Amino acid sequence: MAEQQDERLPFRIRGSLQTLLALQLIEPDHPRLLPELEAKLAHASQFYRDAPLLLDLAAVRARPPIDLGRLVGDLRRLGLHPVGVQNPSPPWREAAEQAGLAVFGPGTQPPERRPRAPQARSAMVVDRPVRGGEQIVAREGDLVVLGPVGHGAEIAASGHVHVYAPLRGRAFAGIDGDSGAMIFCDRLEAELVSIAGVYLVAEEFEPAVSGARVHIRRRGEALVITPCGA
Amino acid sequence: MAKVIVVTSGKGGVGKTTSAAAISTGLAQRGHRTVVIDFDVGLRNLDLVMGVERRVVFDFVNVINDGIRLNQALIKDKRVDNLFILPTSQTRDKDALTREGVERVMEELRAEFDYIICDSPAGIEKGAQMALYFADEAIVVTNPEISSVRDSDRILGLLHSRSRRAELGLDPIRAHLLLTRYDLDRVQRGDMLKLEDVVDILAIPVLGVIPNDPMVLHCSNLGLPVILERKSRAGEAYRDAVARLLGEQVEMRFVKPERRGLLDWLVRRSA
Ligand SMILES: Nc1ncnc2c1ncn2[C@@H]1O[C@H](COP(=O)(O)OP(=O)(O)OP(=O)(O)O)[C@@H](O)[C@H]1O
Ligand SMILES: [Mg+2]
Repeated sequence: MAEQQDERLPFRIRGSLQTLLALQLIEPDHPRLLPELEAKLAHASQFYRDAPLLLDLAAVRARPPIDLGRLVGDLRRLGLHPVGVQNPSPPWREAAEQAGLAVFGPGTQPPERRPRAPQARSAMVVDRPVRGGEQIVAREGDLVVLGPVGHGAEIAASGHVHVYAPLRGRAFAGIDGDSGAMIFCDRLEAELVSIAGVYLVAEEFEPAVSGARVHIRRRGEALVITPCGA
Repeated sequence: MAKVIVVTSGKGGVGKTTSAAAISTGLAQRGHRTVVIDFDVGLRNLDLVMGVERRVVFDFVNVINDGIRLNQALIKDKRVDNLFILPTSQTRDKDALTREGVERVMEELRAEFDYIICDSPAGIEKGAQMALYFADEAIVVTNPEISSVRDSDRILGLLHSRSRRAELGLDPIRAHLLLTRYDLDRVQRGDMLKLEDVVDILAIPVLGVIPNDPMVLHCSNLGLPVILERKSRAGEAYRDAVARLLGEQVEMRFVKPERRGLLDWLVRRSA
């Protein structure tokens, strides 16, 4: 029987589904690539750190490949872990194989590209304060927090982030790239807010919105903070 | 049912040991069998503040590692009935406490005492985590300044995630705020945070506000828990806090300026 056979094998093969972060290469040999990425990561949450990463080659497939082995080394030094590429042309595929990267299928596009249907999605509800040093991530859907989010705490969701109390830590909405995601909070005292990778730090908040009940949305490459009811 | 209460803070020097000594003494004065344990291995302040440092033979670490019986290490307080001190070692480090060893001591103490008060070391690392692991309740000692409040917030996170209660999925640790070294003048000048500000950030119930009081240092130099000093404002505030810990309703003192009217001045002059 198949099961008995499995028992005797020193391993088992199973399917597994994972959501991977993709780094889309646009100008792979731009001198600012690594410094900009590093700056971005400095403001990003820990959950980008040590996360397996796909290099998306869709935008560069027409040009000759670069030395991917070197890029992989550079990314590793930044704490990222490239595991493979997607959308390669044949020369890029060869470069990827030489660099020890797997070649992935095209994958589903991030939700950014699709108009998001206003259907109900599951929300994760946290019915207590989130303390400094804590990290709460709603990987699928919205995050609703009923208690205050302390300085040094991080909350994140692939959908919207709602905080029905003061928000003093860092909040990340749309962590899988959904730029339609929003952040809502009762009192904006956050250290940083970010939607789909675009962020603002406390220093950049207008005085009129600091400490106010606000909602935050993304418009193009900027974040717009609006007092509720305004 | 015995209750394990950790006195913790994250930030150092905020008044944990002072508070652990005062509150354990207060609980014993109210008739509850109480033991106070020093988890600050390597520093060993509690026995000094409790005035028993010259009676220490064996300690907490010896009980865990060296086959010493608990009764050999427990020191009975000479001033207050029902009060025992379990001192710690000054020569060992925090690794001398093992989870299993501490658990064994806790179980033994639970059978004999009503309250087990754990004086935590500062920080959020291993030593502090060991002190809070077995707690049922926590007294989060905080000074009215930003850095202390933030550290308290972090500790509250650890209480929620790294305790035995959290790991077993039991009711969470009940945390109380004890705001110490409260200096009303500096609060009013805006140099220090108000009680309300601290409560707004930490969002936990207030066990007490202990005024800044030079008698605290004076008493600890004498090895006298400040709660035993009748003439101390901090001592009074600790007595109120103990009453609240026992479920009594006591109005909060030392949070509003005292009336300094002419009459008050006359009374003071003649006192
Ligand atoms: N209410 C108070 N008024 C004035 N001084 C105080 C008060 N509470 C504590 N102190 C003083 O603050 C200092 C630190 O107190 P204590 O040793 O209790 O803090 P701790 O939190 O246990 O410190 P550590 O983190 O080093 O263990 C001591 O000198 C003590 O006398
Ligand atoms: Mg201490």
